[in-house]
Amino acid sequence: MPGSAHHLLEFVQHLINGLYLGGTYALIALGYTMVYGVLRLINFAHGDVVMVGAYVALFAAAGLHAPAPAPWYQTLLIFLLAMAACALLGMLIERVAYRPLRQAPRLAALITAIGVSVLLENGGQLPWVFGSQPRSVPELVPRVNILPTAWGLSVTPIELVTIGVTLALMVALQMLVQRTRIGKAMRACSMDREAAYLMGIPVNRVILVTFALGSALAAAAGMLIAVKTGQAHAFMGLMLGLKAFVAAVVGGIGSIPGAMVGGFSLGMIEEMVAGYGFSSWRDAIAFVLLILILLVRPTGIMGRAVPEKV
Amino acid sequence: MALLEIENLNVYYGAIHALKGISLRVEAGEIVTLIGANGAGKSTTLRTISGLLRPRPGSIRYEQQDLTRLPPDAIVRAGICQVPEGRRIFPNLTVLENLEMGAYTRRDRRGIAADLEQVFALFPRLRERARQMGGTLSGGEQQMLAIGRALMVRPKLLLLDEPSLGLAPFLVQEIFRIIQEINQRGTTLLLVEQNAHMALGIAHRGYVLETGRVTLADTGAALLNNPEVRHAYLGQ
Repeated sequence: MPGSAHHLLEFVQHLINGLYLGGTYALIALGYTMVYGVLRLINFAHGDVVMVGAYVALFAAAGLHAPAPAPWYQTLLIFLLAMAACALLGMLIERVAYRPLRQAPRLAALITAIGVSVLLENGGQLPWVFGSQPRSVPELVPRVNILPTAWGLSVTPIELVTIGVTLALMVALQMLVQRTRIGKAMRACSMDREAAYLMGIPVNRVILVTFALGSALAAAAGMLIAVKTGQAHAFMGLMLGLKAFVAAVVGGIGSIPGAMVGGFSLGMIEEMVAGYGFSSWRDAIAFVLLILILLVRPTGIMGRAVPEKV
Repeated sequence: MALLEIENLNVYYGAIHALKGISLRVEAGEIVTLIGANGAGKSTTLRTISGLLRPRPGSIRYEQQDLTRLPPDAIVRAGICQVPEGRRIFPNLTVLENLEMGAYTRRDRRGIAADLEQVFALFPRLRERARQMGGTLSGGEQQMLAIGRALMVRPKLLLLDEPSLGLAPFLVQEIFRIIQEINQRGTTLLLVEQNAHMALGIAHRGYVLETGRVTLADTGAALLNNPEVRHAYLGQ
């Protein structure tokens, strides 16, 4: 094979991988950015909701005796169960941990978020919860190359499904936020919570819905990642959550399109950096990017500078 | 029985005793105004009625209900809507979406459509700018949007906090004319104003607030002619 064609193939491979990776980051980043929008809170427990989503999928697959690969309707059911369970978990976290602190200084809520994260990670390791050992996740969607070996490219069904599901969920979310009554109320709350209250918008309910949506998206990402990598463990949400947080900041925290752009950008950059000779920088590059964006454009790519309200 | 009856209302910001036992009432159909200097407690009174602040102690009765335990959204559903100081429209929603948010508590599609027409009739500028972002409107237009948004609630009692603030004189005239028109269509109004002259000119009754206390209460016309009020608030 001539050298230039080889280089092109390699580049296409990294593009596909970056798209997959970026999609997962974007799904998780959406939860950060939505919650930040309505509460001005970085919900550091969000990454761990991803982990819970992976485990719920794992348990659901075991409970349904799903074969590997599973029929599409079974996979879909498991997927929806994971999303629903995490939506409830997200609402529970909001109700129990954050709502009592609504009038408290923001730092108190931030510390509480870290506390919830530590609780989920370490509580999850208890033997009667998820256990401390990684668990293997069944191959609900095949993770084998579907292209002829001679092409020199690897594309797996789970990657394609991930990219497709990510895009579909993003379109759905965008429609919901732009078109529906509850979506408009979410935007109103993120612009001016008190004014929203004065219009009779039940702000606490809107905040619960925001947590439910963000957590459901996190669960979707968790299941897809677990099926792709073939395993789940209690700390899997830690690095994923941090990177998705970086993606949200890079895109412009509080901006939904920003989280999408930030997620895909981070995935692509990480894949390219790792793919072209700096694989030991795979995890570090996200934080280099965070520092750079905070220096150059602290509001993020799509973010708007908002004057602090007094 | 008054539509709104406030008794012995005390409100604190931390250690600061902002309202020191305010009592007032608003009868159905009236325009009642609260006048007073900065920091007298006018906005605090409105914010407490709307449920954003909690009195301790104090009672707010509205149509036989005690409002002091209700969350702000339930108070709106009960029929009290506030146009907050500084307008507080949603800057990144369109004018139409801002108005839709006003109708958030309602389900009657026809009534909402009819009220939207009424708001557009009252403020033709809003119809012209219906697709524009709220934040792109001028100050006067934003005030019209804030009032229009509150009318979409179809409140029985409308609370207005400094509607003339920062507006050019001809717009102040316009806003006050509209306030009177809203009242004549049957909405009761509680109006907080620094522009005491204009406010007392249209109000049936008024209360003068000084450092968290009601110091005078009378009809609008009587307060306009009260020598103390003329000296302290009308610059005469």
